[in-house]
Parts: sequence; C-alpha cells; structure tokens
Amino acid sequence: MRLFWTILFGTVPLLGVWFYWWAWKEGYWLPDDVSTHGHEIDRLFNIIMWITGVVFVATEAALGWFIWKYSRGEKALYTHGNHKVEIIWTVVPAIILAYIVWAQYGTWANIKYQRNFPDVPVLAEVTAQQFDWRFRYAGADGVYNTPDDVHSVYELHVPVNEPVVVDLLSRDVLHSFFLPQLRVKQDAVPGLRIPIWFEATKIGAYDLACAELCGWGHYKMAGKLIVESRADFDAWLSATAAEQERSR
Amino acid sequence: MSEHRQSFWTHYVFSTDHKMIGRQFLFTSMVFLLLGGALAMAIRWQLGWPWQEMPFGLGQALFPENAGQMTPEFYTMLPTMHATIMIFFVIIPVLTGAFGNFLIPLMIGADDMAFPRLNMYSYWFMWPAMFCILAGFWAEGGAAAAGWTSYPPLSTIPEAAPGSGAGQTYWLLAVTFVGLSSLLGSINYVTTIVTMRAKGLGFLRMPLTVWALFITAILQVFALPILTAAGLLQIMDRTLSTGFFNPVGIEVNGVVIATGGGQPLMWQHLFWFYSHPAVYVMVLPAMGMVSDILSTFSRKPIFGYKPMVYSIAAISGLGFIVWGHHMFMSGMNPALGMAFMTSTMFIAMPSAVKVFNWLATLWRGNLHFTSPMLYAMGFVSMFIIGGLSGIFMAATPVDVFIHDTYIIVAHFHYVVFGGTLIGVFGAIYYWYPKMFGRMMSEKLGRIHFALTFIFTNCVFYPMHVLGHAGMPRRYADPYHFESFKDLLGMNQFISISAFLLGAAQLIFIWNFFSHLRGPKDDDPNPWKANTLEWTAPSPPPHGNFLEPPVVHRGAYEFSVPGMDEDYLLQTAPPTDEDG
Repeated sequence: MRLFWTILFGTVPLLGVWFYWWAWKEGYWLPDDVSTHGHEIDRLFNIIMWITGVVFVATEAALGWFIWKYSRGEKALYTHGNHKVEIIWTVVPAIILAYIVWAQYGTWANIKYQRNFPDVPVLAEVTAQQFDWRFRYAGADGVYNTPDDVHSVYELHVPVNEPVVVDLLSRDVLHSFFLPQLRVKQDAVPGLRIPIWFEATKIGAYDLACAELCGWGHYKMAGKLIVESRADFDAWLSATAAEQERSR
Repeated sequence: MSEHRQSFWTHYVFSTDHKMIGRQFLFTSMVFLLLGGALAMAIRWQLGWPWQEMPFGLGQALFPENAGQMTPEFYTMLPTMHATIMIFFVIIPVLTGAFGNFLIPLMIGADDMAFPRLNMYSYWFMWPAMFCILAGFWAEGGAAAAGWTSYPPLSTIPEAAPGSGAGQTYWLLAVTFVGLSSLLGSINYVTTIVTMRAKGLGFLRMPLTVWALFITAILQVFALPILTAAGLLQIMDRTLSTGFFNPVGIEVNGVVIATGGGQPLMWQHLFWFYSHPAVYVMVLPAMGMVSDILSTFSRKPIFGYKPMVYSIAAISGLGFIVWGHHMFMSGMNPALGMAFMTSTMFIAMPSAVKVFNWLATLWRGNLHFTSPMLYAMGFVSMFIIGGLSGIFMAATPVDVFIHDTYIIVAHFHYVVFGGTLIGVFGAIYYWYPKMFGRMMSEKLGRIHFALTFIFTNCVFYPMHVLGHAGMPRRYADPYHFESFKDLLGMNQFISISAFLLGAAQLIFIWNFFSHLRGPKDDDPNPWKANTLEWTAPSPPPHGNFLEPPVVHRGAYEFSVPGMDEDYLLQTAPPTDEDG
C-alpha cells in the first residue's frame, strides 16, 4: 500500500503541471489579448503562475516523497521544531509576497486610478440593465442628454489604437462590464457613474459579458465590442446618427 | 414507562449533554450535505448538458410544465442555495456545532460545557433556520436566487428576480437563525475553554484542535453581530420599504422602484465584514483537527507547536482586515483595493507557515496510513492548491480578469471541499470510535478516500482552466458566448467526475451507518493518541471522565526517546523526560 499512496499523492504535482501545459497548448488559456494594459495583467499573471507553480511542485513533491520515505516503520524523530527554520519559512514567503504586492501597484493604479486616465472626452455611456447593454454617444455637440445623442444596443463601437473612456451605469441591479479579450472588468452599480478606460489594439468583434449575477438572464446578457479603424468608426457614428434622424 | 419515555426525550432530543448535541449537529449537517450535494449535481448536469432533460425521470418530475427542461430561473437558484446550504447548514455546523461541541470538553478534561442549557438552545435555533431555508423552496417564485452573497438591489427588489419574493425573506431569516445558533455556541466555547480546563492544562498545552476552535469562536463572536444587523436591515428594506441598500431612481423591468437613498456597496461591506472571517471559521477548525491527526499518525510531535498557534491567531486577526478583496471590481475606491490587496497577500504567510509545519511533522516520522491520516494528508495536498490559487485573485490587476470566473470557484472549493470537508471526513474516522464506541471499516475508509481524492481533483482542478479561459460563474449556459463555446467538453468531463464523486460518498454513508450498531470496542484509545478524550471511556458517559484528569504535559509527546511505547498520554504521571 505504501507504493499506492505514494503514487496517489505523488502524481498530483505531475498531473497538475501536465494539465496546465496541455490546456495552454490546446488554447484553453487566457484569450489573446487585444488591449494595451492586457499584456501587463498577463505578465503579472505569469509571474504569479511561475512562483506558485514552483511552490506547488516543491511542496506536493515533498509530501509524496515523505509518504514513501517515512512509512517503513522506523521510529520517528523526537523533535518539537526548530526556531531557525520557522524564521526562514516565515521570512522568505514574506519577502516573496511583498515582491508580488509591489509588482501589482503600478498596473492597478494605471488601470483604475482616475488621475491616470487618458485625457480624452467620454466616448460613450454604457447602461446595463436586465438583460442587455445600452450605449449612448454624445453626438455632434459633444454633450450628453441632448437630442443629437446617438444610441446603440448590443454593439459598442470604438476606434482602434486610441485610448477610450466610457462611463458605466446601471438602470436596475448590479452588473459587471466584462471584456475577456481586453482584460477589462468593472461592476456597474445603480446610483454610481463609474468611468473605465481601455485601448483596443486589434480590429475585430469581441464578446462583452456580464460578470455579476443580475437575475435569471445573467448568462445571456451579451454584447459585442466592435473595434474598427477611426474612419470606419466615424462612418458608423454618422450613419447611425443619420438613421436616427430619419426615423424621428 | 412514562419515566422511560421522558428519559428518551431528555437523552436524545432536548439533551444538554455536549456529546449528544455534537451528534445532533453531526446528523443534521449530514442530511443537509446530501441536499447541498444534490443541488451541486443539478448544476453540473446543466453545465455539461445544457437545457437537456435530466435522466431517470428527474427532469419530468422537477419541470413538468417545461417538458422536463431546466429553467434559467431554477438554475440561478441552484448556486445560491447550494452555497447557502453548504456554508451555513453543513460546514459551519459540522465544524463548530458537531466537533466543537463534542471535542472541546473532552479535550480539555471538562465534564460538560460551561452553559449546557445554552448549548441546547444553540442546537434548537438551527430548527427555525432549517424550516426557513427549506420553506424557501415552496415560496412563490421559488427559493432565493440572488447568490449566497445576496447582493442588493437584486435581493431587495421582488421584481428583480423570481427568488427575490418570499424566498429571499426566508433566506434572510434562515441565515439570521443560524447566526444566533453559532453565536450562542461560540460564547459557550470561549467560556468553557477559558474557565474549565483540567488541572495542569495551560493554554500552551492545549491540542491545536482546541486552539483552532477557541480562536474560531472568538471570530464568530466578533463578526456575527455584523451579519445579523445587516440581515435585519435587508429584511427591513424588503418588508418595511426602508432604503438602506436601494439607491434612488432604479427601474426594474420598466417598473420604477419607489424606495431609495441607500447604497448597494454598503451591503457588500457589511456582508463581507462577516463573511470573510467566516471563510476562516470554515477552515481553521479543520486545520486544527488535521494537525492533531497528522501528529498522531506520524508518531511524532507536531512540528512548531507555537508557530502553529501564532499562525492560527495571525490568520484570524488578518482575517478581519481583508474583506475588501471580494470587492476589487465593485466600484469601491481603487486605493482601498490596493490596501486590501496588501493585507490579503500577507495572510498567505501564516498559511504557508502552517503548510511547512505539517510537512515537517511528516518528515522523519513513522507514518501509519490509517483512514484519518489519509484524509489529513489529502487536506494538506489540496489546501496547498487552494492556498496558492488565492494569490492570483489577491493581486488586484490579475483579479480584473479572473474576478467572478471559474478560478474563484476552483479556489474556494479546493479550500472548503478539498480542505475542510476532507478534513472533516478524517475527523469523523478519527473520533468515530470515541463518539459511538465502535470503529468504522478501515478498508472502506481507504477506498472512500482514494476515490474522493481522485474525483475531487478531477472536478475542481480543471475549473482553474475554465477560469483562465474567462468562463464566468453562475452562468446557466456559458456556451451562449463565442468565447466560451469550446469549453463544453471540459465541463462534461468535470460533470462526469462530479457524479462519480457524489456516488463515492455512498461508501462513506454505508460505512458510517452500518457501524452505529454492533458489539462495542472496549479500547478507549484505539489510535494510541495522547490527548485527554482518549482517557475517557468510549463513548464517554454523562460527565465524561471517571475521575477529573490531571495534565502533566503537552499533547504531542510521541516517540519520546528511551520509552517503550511511542506515545505518552497527557495524563500519564511525570517521568524523568518531563524534566
């Protein structure tokens, strides 16, 4: 039975590492990043992955090894501990954790602190409601809540390679504005207007999902982020404005 | 005859004996474990085979109006009620109610709790809680479906969700009653441990199980009133139209909601101020029990007893200042997020100290692979995974991506299932002979462990990868999105593993119940352990000990050099080695 339990515990680090490697190879991994701050988040993710990966393999392997080595019926060592090793394995993790904390500060401040936001006008207001996304652009006058506001449902159009600020609102309950490919997430809170910024780097259509439970239709609260060239974006905006004008 | 009936009632039902109350909590939480597990199976069915009829006629029985197909309303209720039942009706009652009650007086050499009658009330407050949580299933609109976190306004506005009708009020009442039950228990545990320790049992001679239960009880005493207060505020928002949590001017399904002036984020702060410490309530006692089991079956003193005590204290102290890490994306000031990230990261430090000390306890030990030992080692193996994945979500920028994805689900299940519940299984195997005077089958215990260990990893490990791919939690049908379409196969693998994991628990149920009857095993100390409960008869009579125990040493004197036996009871008369 010694061998069986050793294999059972000892395969945990092997299979654990193999499965992550397989998932990464097969593309079940962080989706390709198409934003400017996404690669910063991915870099931090990878740093933590490596640090925790090493600790995971080392501790699980030690567990497996001890299970094999110390189950032969030999009398146990009588010891209550060792002051020096306690200090080591308190201080070393503390230093590593302090490094991890320190590494996050800049990126976090860059993503979420309003003083670091790009100095551009708010491109659109995003209003979440059960169970869809509404978007409103200021229109020609650059002012919201005027007759020339441009409205859009389901599709949020943004120009590529330009920093974009949108204001996030909710009409009813909590929602969360989640763009997996751009590493953007922010809860929408009724009663609060929360600005978000991001910069898309690749033309395409990307999923917009709701990441905060908002009711029975949570799973189907879908939208699309349409990233297009500045020319296409301007053309879409004026075409939508004209269409709205006609139907008025 | 009438006297006999009366003794039945006072013995089994309105008992003030801590051992009987502990067993009552144990059986109650096992029943709810089955219910919570069944809800988990339903979740896995939907995620593996979305909108398909459940097999064995279950679909037709549950959803006759919908051609046997699960409704999204029902699905949204599932994670809510699964989590609520598992947390408030299984994990907390089994740790503090069952083991806290059963073990504390026995392990400190007391004849009972300080307040036996209060102890009885603590169990009986579970009954209104159980009534309310089950009544929710029959309420109009169904049981609560706003998540176990019950975030307003979804939870406060009946129009916002089907479960936010009467079901939500029942949910709030249920949680309030559980809180009262825990509060009464905790006051009792703290008093008992402080005042009723046996002669010679100084605080730093207490087994780590008692330390963990002691600190857990202190956590409960300080944190629970916040949840109770917040729950009452939410009940008032729902029933008296107050506006603590509802902001002005919200409009649900075209209906303008009249109440307002409140702050949804305030609920999140109050809720997590309790519920983050509660996360440690859900794991610390298991850590304590696992420490004792590891030491016993390594035949070796626990490595670093004092650092283990300090780390329990550090985890619970830090546990009070990390609640904001649940709210990094909530709209809370991001500068606060940075502060909470820092405190959260450093809670990994005492956790790491504990893991290293467990491993060092095994090092150069004389390991005996009994069922309790296997579960204790399984706890260590899986707690490592759950602890390390926590670092990802503590890092605020990384959390931007993984918040509310399946990594979170993987993380807390590795801690609460792979950790706590596995630890609880170990504790049941370990203390069963003391509780019921008989041994469970070791062979079945090992088979149950191997299957549980394999399938637990098969269920929860791939969930990390679902999270890496961005799959959000609480989605009835993630494949609705282009980004998550290719995750169906992995979800089916997880679901099949989950059904097998559920089926493997039948072995445990059989093992547990089939050994409740039969000839008693007379050995009071079948595992050759040191702590005081093993000096009492199995099962201990009313009053526990035949004579009050006197303690001469700490709980972990295994393999003392120069002795024939490899264990030394805490009550054994002093020897030369004691100095």
